[in-house]
Amino acid sequence: MSRARRRLLPYALLSPGLLWLVVFFAVPLYYMAEISLKTGTLETGYQFTWHFKTYTDAISNYQDQLLRSFWYAGLATVIALVIAFPLAYVIAFRGGKYKNALLLLVILPFFITYLVRTLSWQTILDDDGWVVDFLKTIGLLGENGRLLATRTAVVAGITYNFLPFMILPVYAALERVDPRMLEAAYDLYAKRRDVVMRVVVPAATPGIVAGVLLTFIPAAGDFVNAELLGTPQQSMIGNVIQSRYLEITDYPTAAALSFILMAIILVLVLVYARFVGTESLTGADEAR
Amino acid sequence: MEAATAPRRSRAAEPALVRGGRRVMNGALNLYAALALIYLLVPVAIILLFSFNDTKSRFNFIWQGFTLDHWKEPFKFKDLTDALVTSIQVATLATIVATLLGTLMALALVRYQFRGRSTTNLFIFIPLATPEVVLGASLLSLFISVGFARGFVSILIAHVMFSVSFVVVTVRSRLIGFDRSIEEAAQDLGANGLQTFFRVTLPLIAPAVVAAALLTFALSIDDFVITNFNAGSTVTYPLYIWGAARVSIPPQVNVLAAMIFLFTVAMMIFTVWQQRRAERLAAVRPTEA
Repeated sequence: MSRARRRLLPYALLSPGLLWLVVFFAVPLYYMAEISLKTGTLETGYQFTWHFKTYTDAISNYQDQLLRSFWYAGLATVIALVIAFPLAYVIAFRGGKYKNALLLLVILPFFITYLVRTLSWQTILDDDGWVVDFLKTIGLLGENGRLLATRTAVVAGITYNFLPFMILPVYAALERVDPRMLEAAYDLYAKRRDVVMRVVVPAATPGIVAGVLLTFIPAAGDFVNAELLGTPQQSMIGNVIQSRYLEITDYPTAAALSFILMAIILVLVLVYARFVGTESLTGADEAR
Repeated sequence: MEAATAPRRSRAAEPALVRGGRRVMNGALNLYAALALIYLLVPVAIILLFSFNDTKSRFNFIWQGFTLDHWKEPFKFKDLTDALVTSIQVATLATIVATLLGTLMALALVRYQFRGRSTTNLFIFIPLATPEVVLGASLLSLFISVGFARGFVSILIAHVMFSVSFVVVTVRSRLIGFDRSIEEAAQDLGANGLQTFFRVTLPLIAPAVVAAALLTFALSIDDFVITNFNAGSTVTYPLYIWGAARVSIPPQVNVLAAMIFLFTVAMMIFTVWQQRRAERLAAVRPTEA
């Protein structure tokens, strides 16, 4: 192979996929930006008017949904971490020869369509279901109390749907820890709490970083759980974007809200990246 | 490294109370993990169970008795079956295209030093860090702006778009641990570039490519949000369920979900079994240090 061909080869390998991403990911963002600055309606047609007021209006009209999205997403992320960490720990250090079988159990929910999984929470939390019955019997829920159509249901649904995204990276990080490290720490008379805080948690940190992003980002943009398990009182920013775009055809507001959502997430990710470093975020550091 | 083979600290000197406390803590941790697994699996069990529910109403939420009727007629609702067929077609095509594009990109990113490599890495990462609702909305903006009709093709475009990055990440992770000397050996023995690629490189990265393909297929057949924005009047399996959720969900939805579930589990187990077998066969060959 000639030198010139060798130099061009990586670009040749990259170009088809890169072209696809540019045309169908980057260029659409440009068009969405354009739409967000237009005024008009679907009937009368849209004119491009640099209408930045759409953004400020969108924020003031939908600040509740925006705040709620990040509040629910944060809540779901924290709960997911609390559930995932001990589970990942047990699989990684006590799984023994059943590690792979246990991991299979963790990803089993993925083999059922997202929507059907969420709908099954409607069954579980149904007003006449046994969960509600049980909670009423032990007095945790009032006579007319419900679980469905509440914030609890929406957050539980979000947590459930994105939980494996937290478990898998945390497990992957813990799996790399040599169990002899823990033994060594115990041999040096470390207490269990010290072993966890000084050996296990630092080792798990890259996994936790990845898991938090993988859980928080889709959770913040989610609208399926709020739609199927909640009421308009639990509606999130994703619900607004999808109904503005697909039902009300108020394209500029929907486009502006998409950018606002993306911008907030980007800022949060960048702040996060300052703590953990960009390279470990994209996984590119391993690429030498 | 198995935990059991590591040297264990003698705990004989511990007071009984400490030892007992440790045992309780260990038990509590295992119990906690078991409960977490149950939380993950209860909805799956409910879905499987309710495919046998003898439901009389429009909704399939309350258990009313066991029946095999729905399993006898899994394809009773033509709309549902058509939607599933559409999903499978989209997923198959999206898998082929995305796996091909993504694998080539991963090869370029790991194998070559070139200008713009880290920018490209970042660019490929951004779609993964963008909420689906934004990906869907922006792609719809493109289709509206240029007047592209939405339907099967626009769904396919969308699915390839959001899968490519996943393929790159999956294949890249395998390529990073790759021993280049095997390829050099092939070339020393007179193989040309293409021969080396197809007879040495590809078989070695095949597990990652297969994993990426399976992931793409699963993501595609499962995708609701982005598809919802770009489907036009074409209905995929998730879109059918979304529509049905507001009116009535036939138990056949559960039956088909259960079928896909069982098929996927069987595939997984088969793949693992194949891998084990291949490893056992490989172990017979002498390995050099």
